[in-house]
Amino acid sequence: MYAVEVNKILKAYGNRAVVNDVSFYVNQGEIFGLIGPNGAGKTTTIRMMMDIIKPDSGTIRIMGEKLNDGSKNRIGYLPEERGLYKKMSVMDTIIYFASLKGIDNQTARKRGEALLKRADMFQHQNKKIEELSRGMGQIIQLIVTIIHEPDLVVLDEPFSGLDPVNTQLLKDMIRELKSSGKTIIMSTHLMNDIEELSDRLMMINKGREVLYGSLAEVKSKYRNNAVLVECVGEIGNIEGVTEQRRHNAAIELVLDAKTTPQMVLERLVAKHIVVNRFELATPSLTEIFIKVAGDEHE
Amino acid sequence: MNKTMLLIRHEFLTVVRRKAFIILTLAFPVVALLGILAAQVIPKMITPTVTIEKIGYVDNTGMFSGSVTEDQLQLVPYNSEDTAKTALVNKDITDYFVIPSNYLATGLVQRYTLKNEITPSSATQTVIRDFLLNNLLKGNDAAVVNRAKSPLNIASTTLNSTGAVAARQGGFAALILPYIFSILLMLAIFTSSGYLLQGLVEEKENRVMEILLSSVSPRQLLAGKVIGLGAAGLVQIVVWLISTNFIMKIASSSFGNVIGSLQVPPDFLILGIVYFILGYLLMAVLMAAVGSVSPTAREGQQMSAFFIIPVIIPIYFMGLIMEHPENIAVKILTFIPFTAPLTVIVRLGLSEIPIWELGLSILILILTIWGCFVLATKLFRTYLLMYGKRPDLKAIIQSFRES
Repeated sequence: MYAVEVNKILKAYGNRAVVNDVSFYVNQGEIFGLIGPNGAGKTTTIRMMMDIIKPDSGTIRIMGEKLNDGSKNRIGYLPEERGLYKKMSVMDTIIYFASLKGIDNQTARKRGEALLKRADMFQHQNKKIEELSRGMGQIIQLIVTIIHEPDLVVLDEPFSGLDPVNTQLLKDMIRELKSSGKTIIMSTHLMNDIEELSDRLMMINKGREVLYGSLAEVKSKYRNNAVLVECVGEIGNIEGVTEQRRHNAAIELVLDAKTTPQMVLERLVAKHIVVNRFELATPSLTEIFIKVAGDEHE
Repeated sequence: MNKTMLLIRHEFLTVVRRKAFIILTLAFPVVALLGILAAQVIPKMITPTVTIEKIGYVDNTGMFSGSVTEDQLQLVPYNSEDTAKTALVNKDITDYFVIPSNYLATGLVQRYTLKNEITPSSATQTVIRDFLLNNLLKGNDAAVVNRAKSPLNIASTTLNSTGAVAARQGGFAALILPYIFSILLMLAIFTSSGYLLQGLVEEKENRVMEILLSSVSPRQLLAGKVIGLGAAGLVQIVVWLISTNFIMKIASSSFGNVIGSLQVPPDFLILGIVYFILGYLLMAVLMAAVGSVSPTAREGQQMSAFFIIPVIIPIYFMGLIMEHPENIAVKILTFIPFTAPLTVIVRLGLSEIPIWELGLSILILILTIWGCFVLATKLFRTYLLMYGKRPDLKAIIQSFRES
């Protein structure tokens, strides 16, 4: 059983399709990245998953069933547009939102205290939300999102507005959630975060799926026939290398269609060049993102 | 506890803990009590030391004589206008009057005073009138003289169409009670629905809405808000009703029969609460719709005026409703959902409203509330997460069609 199964969903406002024929599944226990440029339809897709917006057509199943009052309690959702009651205390906020997920006050308080200690914010439990910094507020929002120990955690742009310290704290908490068997869907336009955390991903652009699969599959699909080399001395001309690009200490060698990386390595050794590093050049997710989004734009 | 109940409790507690709510709820009974207290204490504080003021008179008819003392005023006879005038200038007397020789024909009495006043004080007028009556009716029985001084006390009884004594007996109570209640009802409805609008727009501005909607449905959220804040408004109304009865008891012991006659009839009380609930529900769902499409609290308040004005229309027709509660225009106001609550409350104090009229009025209100609730839920779902811009009327109509 998939944690999430989305099948051919469509959402249009007037004549404009915001999400168009999008399908994907998310395995239990994995981190799934939902990426795409601003306005691609990521948030609309997530809102349809959360039953906040109804799709015009298509089906969505969460933990094998259509989303209902009970299954809503198994999901933790951190929306992109987020906020809390400014006049409420931190602990009252945690308890109130936990109660809406079916957790009794005593349990919520106990879990809230543990999570506040984990985030080194226990001393702020009686402060009003308006007294906290923005970063602290976002950590409280993550605590509110996971206070009911959901099986599925949906995070829409979780790192936006966070400083490096809180970003790292949030990443650590996401990893802890994964290691405890939770399924995580993370939507962002920051490719480095997806590359660092996610197992599989889908990229949507202008409401349509443009990339889908594991990180390795996606990277392999967009891999150039090139190698990265760090060596002592000048490489000079090598047969089968059409272009050399310098990246700090490393040089990227772009190969012609007939030349393999193995052949290049042999030719370097034959020229008595000391090779300290030799690896296949794979494009970063950012490069793939720019390429795909750019192609779509054209 | 189910989610709707949790939302109701949250909304209720959030509002009743607000300082503004507590102050407004307690303001009415506290101000009324202070008013009663002031009415009892202040006259005692400002009561001057008892000094008898003298008023002189000059009789040119030969019919009037004697000296009367009444309400610290003493009438003193003078032989001529000159001596009276000298006494006035010397401040031996505060004023004097002359009864001319043709008094019986004209009834005219000429008064002179050093005071700059609009009219003579009631005490002065009473003592002069009693003096004249005592002399004019000299020789009659004292009871006849007293009755002549106060010849009329009307006691009216209103009968219904069958000739039996009607439940509504009119009078001061019938006039003032609906007036006070309509103001309180209007205040409670606007306060509660205002909190709903404010809360909704605040949640939109604070971006709490989407987190709530990941746990509850738009319908649960709307129902929780409407019922929770309505309960807070009901608490306010009940506090006012209970304190009104309590204050009336204190007032009747202090001011006698006029205020004492202000008793709240049970059917008035029940229908008052029924129309508060219905009036509030109508305004609440409309405010929810306004809150859904308003990007800021300021815009929400501006848009809400569009619905508030029809509700207060009966205030402008208060005279018509009070004088002609059976008028056709008044009946029409009874059936229009926006104007029904205030119109019915005012009519109830003055006449008995036929059961069919009340039934039809309540039915129309309930159907309107349901229709508005359905539309508000659709707007709620469509526009609650739209931040920063307000949809135009065309877009709203289109979203109704699409949903």
